[in-house]
Amino acid sequence: MIRTSLAVLVIDENRIRASIIEAGLREAGHERVTVVHDVSGIARRIAEIEPDVIVIDLENPNRDMLENMFQLSRAVKRPIAMFVDRSDQASIEAAVDAGVSAYVVDGLRQERVKPILDMAVSRFNAFSRMARELEEARSELESRKVIDRAKGILMKSRGLTEEAAYTLLRKTAMNQNRKISDIAQSLVTAAGLLGPAEDE
Amino acid sequence: MGAEHQITAGFMPLFDSAVLVAAGELGFAAREGIDLILHRETSWANIRDRIAIGHFDLAHMLGPMPLACNLGLTPLASETIVPFSLGLGGNCVTVSNAVWESMAAHGAVSDLDPARAGAALGAFIRERAAAGREPLRFAVVHPHSGHNYELRYWLAACGVDPDLEIEIVIVPPPFMTDALAAGRIDGYCVGEPWNSAAVAAGTGHIVTVKALLWRNSPEKVIGARKAWAQEQPDALAALLRALHHSARWCQDAANRGELAALMAQPGFLGQKAAIEMPILTGHLQLGGGAQRTVEDFFLPFGKAANFPWKSHSLWFYTQMVRWGHVAHTPENLAIARDCYRPDLYRSALKPLGVALPGANAKVEGALKVATPVGSAGASLVLGPDGFFDGQIFDPDEIDAYIASQSHP
Repeated sequence: MIRTSLAVLVIDENRIRASIIEAGLREAGHERVTVVHDVSGIARRIAEIEPDVIVIDLENPNRDMLENMFQLSRAVKRPIAMFVDRSDQASIEAAVDAGVSAYVVDGLRQERVKPILDMAVSRFNAFSRMARELEEARSELESRKVIDRAKGILMKSRGLTEEAAYTLLRKTAMNQNRKISDIAQSLVTAAGLLGPAEDE
Repeated sequence: MGAEHQITAGFMPLFDSAVLVAAGELGFAAREGIDLILHRETSWANIRDRIAIGHFDLAHMLGPMPLACNLGLTPLASETIVPFSLGLGGNCVTVSNAVWESMAAHGAVSDLDPARAGAALGAFIRERAAAGREPLRFAVVHPHSGHNYELRYWLAACGVDPDLEIEIVIVPPPFMTDALAAGRIDGYCVGEPWNSAAVAAGTGHIVTVKALLWRNSPEKVIGARKAWAQEQPDALAALLRALHHSARWCQDAANRGELAALMAQPGFLGQKAAIEMPILTGHLQLGGGAQRTVEDFFLPFGKAANFPWKSHSLWFYTQMVRWGHVAHTPENLAIARDCYRPDLYRSALKPLGVALPGANAKVEGALKVATPVGSAGASLVLGPDGFFDGQIFDPDEIDAYIASQSHP
């Protein structure tokens, strides 16, 4: 259980991902969560928030700047910004794989920080999965369009019905051990090269 | 098929990653039986942490960064060694046009002379302070960087206290030009092409260069995870040979066009090849139409540029002590001494019969003219290597050097 709540600062230029992480932190009982998308003026924000933990995505090129500022903002106590517990290589690796790194003030106990990091990692993974599914759906749509165009070309040039055109594409794909969308793409490309403006 | 060794390496989009990039892209690594996988990174912190946890075997690194790792100044405890230096020189100090005008009013001229520019900047800084204005803000790329230490060295030698009289902030190299144009910083010290880029954009003026602050001074290195280097000594030695051939190719003036085109690709710098040429030719546009050619502006190979001199790491150590980054203790000194590994460089390159220095350290700043030195195999010419303020760094007199270098 959380005894006194920790101030958590989430820095992520990706607003959707940041809000997913924020929601997770709130669900986990962390009330004092601040999300920042833009690092301009971040020094003042760090001074105001005095975060105990900063969660930042690894792709942020301002990581060096933030790391330095975080150390400077705590300069009075000369803390060391930490990734996660030095001994826990596996959790570091998981965090880095997930693209999340966390800076934690020295003296803050590992067991209090680990749930935050774990949550950020799992939220990050959820976001990556979402992004991947979106990408797959998009490419699915793309290949369907290509197949439609290829069918159109076959129907026009060989006088086939739509069903026959599709069967021919599928048979060719099977014979060549390739995907239908690949065969369709080759056909569209070839038609583009050979014919005058071959359109559906 | 199949390469004998697979090596994963990180790099930052800076021209001085060229020796590593060319080794991978132009076949030097493949010829040594290495499949070199290059990852472009977005921050030095990523590079450092990914080496520490084993994502990278080695990387393009800031010269003082492996020291910082070994001295416990970084979040993850990891031992990083330096078996190869990626080059000498290559950085500049650039200021905004407004700051340059004020410096010019105090006697600065476009000749890159560090003493003259530093005096003018100091006069301007004091004028601002007297008028109650905010201190100037300068950016460097990382606290544990050659940039931070050379900017501080320069200012301190010119009578400016970099801790009290200016503010030093961290900005990633590709953002320097924009930050300067937007007025968020007044000047910066960074490697190329991020100085010439500001001049080309008409937003900055180059006031001095690393090669004039300390001629033939160390810059980026290959930092390797010590545990990996111990497990894979053959892979490391093969890579050092590949880097040696790559560095020789990069230094050859006949290859400048091809090298600039390679680095201009979006996967590397993504900057126009023309913007990169100043680092290769030393012919710099300074801003306002002024230009200067700097001898030995950037050396990827010449003058023993790839030898990991212990005196280089020890000089970085003295500056870390000077600016309060680390305490000067016998233990820390020993760590700094052991970080750069000329022994590994020597044993890897010995079979090639190339010139190798006989010593592991040298007195920095002592060579006023180019000097042939005793070396194994072939002739080797070092220097000149003077600091602009005439100081000499003798690695055998560390205590005295540190004592002589308190804040100005």
